[in-house]
Amino acid sequence: MHLTLRHQKQLKTLVIGALAWGIALLLFFPIFWMLLTSFKTEIEAFSTPPSFLFTPTLENYLTINERSDYFHFAWNSVVVSVLSTLLGMLVAVPAAYSMAFFETKRTKSTLLWMLSTKMLPPVGVLVPIYLLVKDAGLLDTKAALIVIYTLINLPIMVWMIYTYFKEIPKDILEAARMDGATLLQEVTSVLLPMSKGGLASTILLSLILCWNEAFWSLNLTSSEAAPLTALVASYSSPEGLFWAKLSAVSTLACAPIIIIGWFSQKQLVRGLSFGAVK
Amino acid sequence: MSSHVSNHAKNSTHWMSRLLVMPSVSMLLLWMIIPLAMTLYFSTIQYNLLYPEDNAFVGFENYSYFIEDPGFWPGISNTLILVGSVLLITVVLGTLISVLVNTPFWGQGIVRILLISPFFIMPTVNALVWKNLLLHPVSGVFAHVWRFFGAEPVDWFAQYPLFSIIMIVSWQWLPFAILLLMTALQSLDQEQQEAARLDGAGIWSIFYHLTLPHLARPITVVIMIETIFLLSLFAEIFTTTGGGPGYETTNLAYLIYDQALLQYDVGMASAGGVVAVVLANIAAFFLIRAVGKSLTDHK
Amino acid sequence: MKKLIKNVALAAVAASLFPQALAAQAKVTIGTVNNADMIRMQKLSEVFEKENPDIDLDWVILEENTLRQRLTTDIATQGGQFDVVTIGMYETPIWGAKGWLEKLENLPASYDIDDVFPSVKEGLSVDGTLYALPFYGEGSMTYYRTDLFEKHALTMPQQPSWDQMMDFAKKLHDPDNGVYGMCLRGKAGWGENMALMTTIANAFGARWFDQKWKPELDQKAWKEAMQFYVDLLGQYGPPGASSNGFNENLALFNSGKCAMWVDATVAGSFLTDSSQSVVADKVGFSLAPSQKTRQGASWLWAWGLAIPKTSDAKTAAQKFTLWATSKKYAQLVAETHGVAAMPPGTRQSTYANAEYLEKAPFAKMTLLSMEKADPKKPSMHPVPYVGIQFAAIPEFQSIATQVGKFLSGALAGSMTVEQAAKSSQRATERVMKRARYYR
Repeated sequence: MHLTLRHQKQLKTLVIGALAWGIALLLFFPIFWMLLTSFKTEIEAFSTPPSFLFTPTLENYLTINERSDYFHFAWNSVVVSVLSTLLGMLVAVPAAYSMAFFETKRTKSTLLWMLSTKMLPPVGVLVPIYLLVKDAGLLDTKAALIVIYTLINLPIMVWMIYTYFKEIPKDILEAARMDGATLLQEVTSVLLPMSKGGLASTILLSLILCWNEAFWSLNLTSSEAAPLTALVASYSSPEGLFWAKLSAVSTLACAPIIIIGWFSQKQLVRGLSFGAVK
Repeated sequence: MSSHVSNHAKNSTHWMSRLLVMPSVSMLLLWMIIPLAMTLYFSTIQYNLLYPEDNAFVGFENYSYFIEDPGFWPGISNTLILVGSVLLITVVLGTLISVLVNTPFWGQGIVRILLISPFFIMPTVNALVWKNLLLHPVSGVFAHVWRFFGAEPVDWFAQYPLFSIIMIVSWQWLPFAILLLMTALQSLDQEQQEAARLDGAGIWSIFYHLTLPHLARPITVVIMIETIFLLSLFAEIFTTTGGGPGYETTNLAYLIYDQALLQYDVGMASAGGVVAVVLANIAAFFLIRAVGKSLTDHK
Repeated sequence: MKKLIKNVALAAVAASLFPQALAAQAKVTIGTVNNADMIRMQKLSEVFEKENPDIDLDWVILEENTLRQRLTTDIATQGGQFDVVTIGMYETPIWGAKGWLEKLENLPASYDIDDVFPSVKEGLSVDGTLYALPFYGEGSMTYYRTDLFEKHALTMPQQPSWDQMMDFAKKLHDPDNGVYGMCLRGKAGWGENMALMTTIANAFGARWFDQKWKPELDQKAWKEAMQFYVDLLGQYGPPGASSNGFNENLALFNSGKCAMWVDATVAGSFLTDSSQSVVADKVGFSLAPSQKTRQGASWLWAWGLAIPKTSDAKTAAQKFTLWATSKKYAQLVAETHGVAAMPPGTRQSTYANAEYLEKAPFAKMTLLSMEKADPKKPSMHPVPYVGIQFAAIPEFQSIATQVGKFLSGALAGSMTVEQAAKSSQRATERVMKRARYYR
């Protein structure tokens, strides 16, 4: 009796494990397939039935390296994502701080209003924004993308940080204040350390969103400031067979952020919960 | 506000708090007001990039053209179907999968990493990979699987266009739901669960009475964030179906692109933008109110 | 590889630290399509940069639709981001007439502009003034598998009729063995299914607009042509025909899955290239099918390089456009990539080259179909517009995109041809009314 129960439990774990693995592999398959295709020749990539066994080739990566300066695009992606995230944090942290600790009647509606700024569809405002950027002399500059990404992601960043700050007991801050800490000390020695995880995850989410943004980056840059999304667009449907090259360029474009994502999974998870996870 | 703080300090912190909110509020105000004002203005004049010389005031003509467009109602219903289905799929599957991977098994860590990976993929890459490598009716992986079982390969984007879009968008957003719900489950009280089990509660009863209520808040977060992104979904449609066949995959954002931007009709694009904002706000009003309330009211 | 990465990284750092090091040069930003010929041009432009060390070329290579939208937004708002733009026969006359492009006059004698096909030159000009230099041109033609035709004892005439094509397709269609009778563009888009559909409609005696700019999409000839197209491709096409564009069909034909295909003449060089085609030695060529008429049965398109008025490096830009469209460049391509890779469809001298005719089996048919095309007479009926597979008016892109969607809807079976024709007519009338062609 006892034995069968343990058996049952083992069986259950086994079934759950198998099921979970099955689902995970299924969900991951498109990425795996993209990676695999990037090492095929173009003819193999289009062959029927698809080949799992083939001699891997670096041909596609070499072609891409020859045709376009990957590092130029990647560098732009890095600069734009990092700087706009930093800028966003600089603006969002104070706002969230004040909203969380000096809550007024208007705080909730301000938060909701901030989110509503994300409702204007980009296609509807392309021309106005294009004209503004042009008049500011910022077409094809990283500065334009940095500012726009900051603005796009600001509402979510403020909201996220706001929820982390709200989790910090007010008493701790007050105690610090009573001890004569200045505002700066209060923020740097109490607030920031206590919300480290949440801030890290906000940073990560902002990085991901900036890295993958593909409307403004395509429309406001040409060569100087073009990030990886523009590189992908240049391989998207040329004449002739392009599946393998497309896979290779997509792999190159997504790899950095996927790797960052994997390594910081735990941070991301904590922060994305918007305080919903206690 | 705390009673420990003196009146004077209260005033100064008040002032301070305003100062701190100022940068982001004013930036967002500018970001919202300037384009919105330009959009409102452009929406009342005749303004085509290809006829820049002719900018007469036309009143509501741009609006009436946009709303009378045969694609307008399909556009609205597709937007709603799209948002609704993706939300449903990601929330339901997300809940089930995160409950599944919450019990320990061999390779749990790797499984979690695999599960959340699609969230890091660029939307354009997502669409391109699905369209060309997976759903392609001749060389795609799905076609081979179908053929392997002796079935006629399905031409996904032609036969089930909206479903296909929903599928690839869900693929991208499901990991987001899993990520959130998975974390939320880790903090679920194990003892309580154990106690319930000893009381003779079945799996479903535990799921319904303990797990689900615990997940209510993270689920509302998933719904809120996804709604914001899904309402203006564009890249996936642009890359795969181009809104077709017919109007079957045209959502509101794509309609603006299609009817207005494609002929560089800034007037109509602006009118469409304004209409979309109004509609999105109406649709999001109840949702965000409800969700936002439960979010801001905690503690 | 490691060394390469290191060098590139160092160069990137250096370039970002000392941007002024490059400032002495004229920077020419070129916006172009990601077609094979353009990518070859990008590669070979190293030669140009070596000859002109003071000119620095910067490439923006995008997929066609994205590029078009990008360029139009920039040029119409006077953004000035591009010094050379790659535009086709559709945009050039419109933009030229708006005064957005530099006039290309007083070209050097060595350029030999009279060598360019008159129809191509005509299509890139407004009132006799040239606004873009042709990089390559194309017509449309019929590709077929000679081995399959032999096996079924069929013969392809020099110019088949669409009825004959239907007949051939029926006999050659063998999906169980992975061969589809007819491959055609089905993907919605004014440059995709509508380019082909318009030539079929032309052949069936239809036209886009009457002399008063009233669309004729719900008229008998158009409906017949649409029905024919839907029947042909629906019955004998590959699965997923309604999402196949040029690329997808090319890939299908290259992997031996199409018995016949009607598309751009540029496909010839890909189909006969054994490094990407498994049927390289089994491809036959004939003219694009006719039906009631030959007029407008084969399309005409050319990609040209133009210089926007807003460019700040016009001299350098012109130098480059002259180089990239010259005989010398064609020669360079012949030397480096083989004679068959020369940019087709622009210069008569290319087709006088015996070696080219020999190495490029599709050349003769290309020449024939380009000579037959007359963008001023696309239909057997008089028309108010210029262009065979399009009408060179700003509204056409949007109109044909919408009509293209209805057509692909009809092909996918989500609506009837009758409904598609009606919706197309209504959508077109709407746009024309809005653009104030009439009240």
